Amino acid sequence: MAAIEILDLEKTYLVGFWCKRPKRALQPLRLTIEEGEIFGFLGPNGAGKTTTLKILMGLVFPTAGTARILGREWTDPEVKAQIGFLPEQPYFYDYLTAHELLDYFGQLSGVPARERKRRVEEVLSLVGLTDIKGLQLRRFSKGMLQRIGIAQAILHNPRLVFLDEPMSGLDPLGRREVRDLIAQLKQDGKTVFFSTHILSDAEALCDRVAIIHKGELRGVGAVDDLTSSVVGKIEVIWQGTQIPASIKALGAECHVSGDNVRAVISDNQQDAIIDALRRERVRLISITPLRTSLETYFVEKLQHSQTTAGKRA
Amino acid sequence: MTSRIAYIASNTFREAVRDRVLYNLIAFALLLSGAAIFVGQISIDIERLVVVNLGLAAVSLFGTVIAIFIGIGLVSKEIEKRTLYTVLSRPVRRWEFIIGKFFGLAGTLVVNTFFMAIGVFAALLYVAHKFSRPDALILIALYFIILEFLMICALALLFSSFSTPLLSAVFAFSLFVIGSFADDLRAFAELSHGFTHWVAAAAAYLVPNFSALNVISAVAHQQPVGAQLVLSNTLYALLYTTVALSGAVLIFERRNLK
Ligand SMILES: Nc1ncnc2c1ncn2[C@@H]1O[C@H](COP(=O)(O)OP(=O)(O)O)[C@@H](O)[C@H]1O
Ligand SMILES: [Mg+2]
Repeated sequence: MAAIEILDLEKTYLVGFWCKRPKRALQPLRLTIEEGEIFGFLGPNGAGKTTTLKILMGLVFPTAGTARILGREWTDPEVKAQIGFLPEQPYFYDYLTAHELLDYFGQLSGVPARERKRRVEEVLSLVGLTDIKGLQLRRFSKGMLQRIGIAQAILHNPRLVFLDEPMSGLDPLGRREVRDLIAQLKQDGKTVFFSTHILSDAEALCDRVAIIHKGELRGVGAVDDLTSSVVGKIEVIWQGTQIPASIKALGAECHVSGDNVRAVISDNQQDAIIDALRRERVRLISITPLRTSLETYFVEKLQHSQTTAGKRA
Repeated sequence: MTSRIAYIASNTFREAVRDRVLYNLIAFALLLSGAAIFVGQISIDIERLVVVNLGLAAVSLFGTVIAIFIGIGLVSKEIEKRTLYTVLSRPVRRWEFIIGKFFGLAGTLVVNTFFMAIGVFAALLYVAHKFSRPDALILIALYFIILEFLMICALALLFSSFSTPLLSAVFAFSLFVIGSFADDLRAFAELSHGFTHWVAAAAAYLVPNFSALNVISAVAHQQPVGAQLVLSNTLYALLYTTVALSGAVLIFERRNLK
């Protein structure tokens, strides 16, 4: 069974004084997310990711279209007991402590009283929040609020979790932990649908991704399938002041700076350039991925639309 | 279903307490004890009259201010701060949220009024040295004041469901003032003719009738309050509250969150 079926949801906001000008935030969107997968919803800022999530959560109403979540109509309140939601830049009742907030949310989600206490402790330690007893949420940093946000999303052990920009506001270590947590959710058999504008987060985690830009779907599929037609770039640096002809022949862009040579080349040429450098007997200093193939694909998709839009104009 | 309403109500109550709303009781106690000591010194005849009049008027005014100031923010503040997102993405119906908020605020006011009532009776005991039978009428006046609070809470919630806190405050205070003169408005409607008559009559029946709920001066003068009035006021307040709350629910059910 599909976990989420988005059936031509679309949204036009009315903006301006007296609500006059229509603003298209989401073109009719059709998307299916299978149960048990980690699905990445990618797009630059303003693409319509949050709008889609808010419609699915019943927070705003779509201009047209419907959706089904876990086999039911998406507005069915019973569905809500089985889903968790982390809003973008979450904010909570700041007069409560983390324990009080989670206990309250547990009540609203129908977690039985005897399980609640244990479950609250469990999710708090899962998101790495300890030593916060008695501390009101108004004293929490942005990163701590983000963690509370994740904790409340998984508190009631939902089958399906929606996360809007789950890694934002976190330091590198925190991002890493959230990544591991999302992977763990999948291990536990849950479906995760998360939005992000940071591709590396998606690439490392997702079974499938969708790319959305200006409210329009630009591509859906497994990361490997989407990127099979595009190539990423790597940067290779070695010691030397000359650029060997064999390397130029590979199509690398090379620059000499000081005692080092820096070359940028397609990532499918990685083996070839290493072999060539070995034959030249130079000392290799580093190989760094510059742009992963997903990034290349993503940029291509966005630019494509801009050039077509430009032609029309 | 009912349990979720109770959870939301008790969280609303907790918020009011943590926002130090009950601190108004200190101001109330100072005001009342000051007045009691003052009139206790100047006169022996009217001291009961003054304490009851002033005490009940203060109960009503303090409560009204609290009801309006908390009420207007109950929904709009949660939308503005986006605290609603993680509530409404749970199995909480939007109407349950509104009703829960209503009971939370009403509960806050009942608790607040309870403490104020103790203050009024203490002041009365201080100036009169004993209770007499007609003092029981004060309880009826307090009951009517609570009915008034219910209506104000529901109206504040109604405004809060579609308007900004500032506009809601203006609406709610205007209605409170007009409603306090509802009897005069009705009398005016009776006397006027044509278009003015219809406008005045419509306004008179739309605004909450707080005149009928105000028996403070009668009680201060130890005049009886009829059972008829208790019944009609109860029905009227419950009906008005229900209608205002239904309006709030109808608007909120359709609202796009920011
Ligand atoms: N409440 C709103 N009123 C008017 N326009 C909005 C509203 N919310 C979002 N938008 C517009 O809709 C578009 C999509 O926004 P959003 O869904 O927040 O994008 P994303 O989450 O992908 O960054 C943006 O152009 C944004 O300005
Ligand atoms: Mg967003």
